[in-house]
Amino acid sequence: MGFAGLIIIIFIYSLGIFAPVLQTHDYQAIDLSRTQHAPSAENWLGTDRAGRDLYSRVIWGIQTTVIITITTLITGSLLLGVTMGLVAGYFRGWIDAVIMRVGEVISAFPDILLIILLAATLRPRIVNFARDIEDNTGISGLVSSGVVDYIVIGIALLPLTWFGMMRLVRGQVLALREAEYIEAARAMGMSTPKILFRHILPNVVSPVIVAVSFGLGGVALSEVILSFFGLGVQPPRPSLGVMIGDVTARTGSGSVSVLRDHPEQLLAPIIVVWLMIFCWNIVGDALNDVLNPRAR
Amino acid sequence: MLAYIIRRLLWTPVLLAFAAFFVFMMGSIAPGDPAELVLGPRATKASIEKQRERMGLNDPIPVRYIRYIGGVVKGDFGDSYNYIGRTVLEIIGPKLWVSIQLNIASLIIAVVIGMPLGFYAAKRQGTKSDPAIVIGMLVLYAMPVFFTAPFFILFFAVKLHWVAAAGWNGFFSTQIILPAMTIGIPGAAIFVRHMRASTLEVIGQEYVRTARAKGMSSFVVNYRHVARNALLPIMTLLGFTLAGMFGGSLIVELIYGIPGAGRASLDAIFQRDFPILTALVLLGAVMLVLANLIIDIVYTIVDPRIKLQ
Repeated sequence: MGFAGLIIIIFIYSLGIFAPVLQTHDYQAIDLSRTQHAPSAENWLGTDRAGRDLYSRVIWGIQTTVIITITTLITGSLLLGVTMGLVAGYFRGWIDAVIMRVGEVISAFPDILLIILLAATLRPRIVNFARDIEDNTGISGLVSSGVVDYIVIGIALLPLTWFGMMRLVRGQVLALREAEYIEAARAMGMSTPKILFRHILPNVVSPVIVAVSFGLGGVALSEVILSFFGLGVQPPRPSLGVMIGDVTARTGSGSVSVLRDHPEQLLAPIIVVWLMIFCWNIVGDALNDVLNPRAR
Repeated sequence: MLAYIIRRLLWTPVLLAFAAFFVFMMGSIAPGDPAELVLGPRATKASIEKQRERMGLNDPIPVRYIRYIGGVVKGDFGDSYNYIGRTVLEIIGPKLWVSIQLNIASLIIAVVIGMPLGFYAAKRQGTKSDPAIVIGMLVLYAMPVFFTAPFFILFFAVKLHWVAAAGWNGFFSTQIILPAMTIGIPGAAIFVRHMRASTLEVIGQEYVRTARAKGMSSFVVNYRHVARNALLPIMTLLGFTLAGMFGGSLIVELIYGIPGAGRASLDAIFQRDFPILTALVLLGAVMLVLANLIIDIVYTIVDPRIKLQ
């Protein structure tokens, strides 16, 4: 079961990663002579109301999700969460108290609302900042390449990712720091960073892996939600959330007719989102059984 | 236990003050000059400066924060930038109430479906129906509301004409059924999962075996001994689930055209009416924190086995 989930995830992710090779059309090429077409040999999943090829848009949308999940995984969960968990759990005292209280304040908010607030207030700041960089250094295309969108989403998703991971690692470290082999290492005069990374970190790896695979479905969904609201990835860059929003009611009454007449356009992006969340959960379950046999 | 409750009660206002500070800071770095937004595009420089002074925008940040939180305590979240002359609370109050009603309806659905199903799955452990329920609920849990909402509209409203496709008509109307189901079903999946786990934990306890050995009917054992004790840890989930559903309800409101907090927050973003957005976020946090506080306190009272330090 978990293995099947993993294969599906690898398949979906490779669709996204190899999108430039696998696309059959340019994802933003508008062809008004072929709007709202049903799936055909020419357009494998049909076309949307602007005549854009849905298959190409879906795989590029997956690429967006892949980039977001991987960057938030590395920055939010691993760098911030694990480091802070190690520090808080090992040193305890005021540093632990500060990190925990900050986390408590952040987790006091309903997730989605907080993410929306962050994305909405930070976007113009970050876009302006990127424009300044473009103006002053001569690097061009920073804003139009979509990197800024990824940064905005990445920062907005941070509160979702770091605290859970930090609390998990902290709990493990709190137990480990009293272990005899750590005491022995300390007695032998080993430096603190060396103890942390050589002796403690390897022992928290397996719960971290489980937590990551449970969390990634949520991260993917949050990106889709942000883009659905129009706060994440901006058109013309494709995103599964933008595609879903185009068909459902995001833009108001105008698109209800699209939903009624062409509901099949929703199918591909939604199934991809659904599969991603479902499979990350199954993989998490399977990893949990394998890596933490004592948990159940 | 009393010390724990007192500590929680003392910490909660501090927590909320920090939350308010965070929200206030986000509001103050939000794009656009509030004075300009209030006065509109044709305002002169001098009048904008005057308006800034009147709104107290030239004061240092700590002063403004203290003024903000002083207002928030009294229920005053400031004035809307967009609807001139109306307070934020006037605008979001009714919308928040709509969202709360929707979430209560969804919670009821989640509990009514989730609890018995989880209990049933646990009782059937070892048979095929247990894994079938668990996997089935995981499928439903993973199903994004983007899917269920349009599907329900197309199937129940457009095709079967059972209920209206969209809109809001109060708590006691048929229109609430579809959106509440959309939010409630993934919520039910969470309850099934935890109800099953906690029932399995209770079922193996010795007092359950004793009750059975005394010859009590299986109905009494199931409901008085197993279900009641299994329900206890689920209580702590209520707040958590409510928070998750609240997030989902924002999207559901958009798709179903319900005039709730979701619509309001989105409008606020695109009209740059940040006092409304920050107030919504802060009120969301207040409700969540208070709900969790009440649940935790009730939990420690209801279950005497809990010893918190």
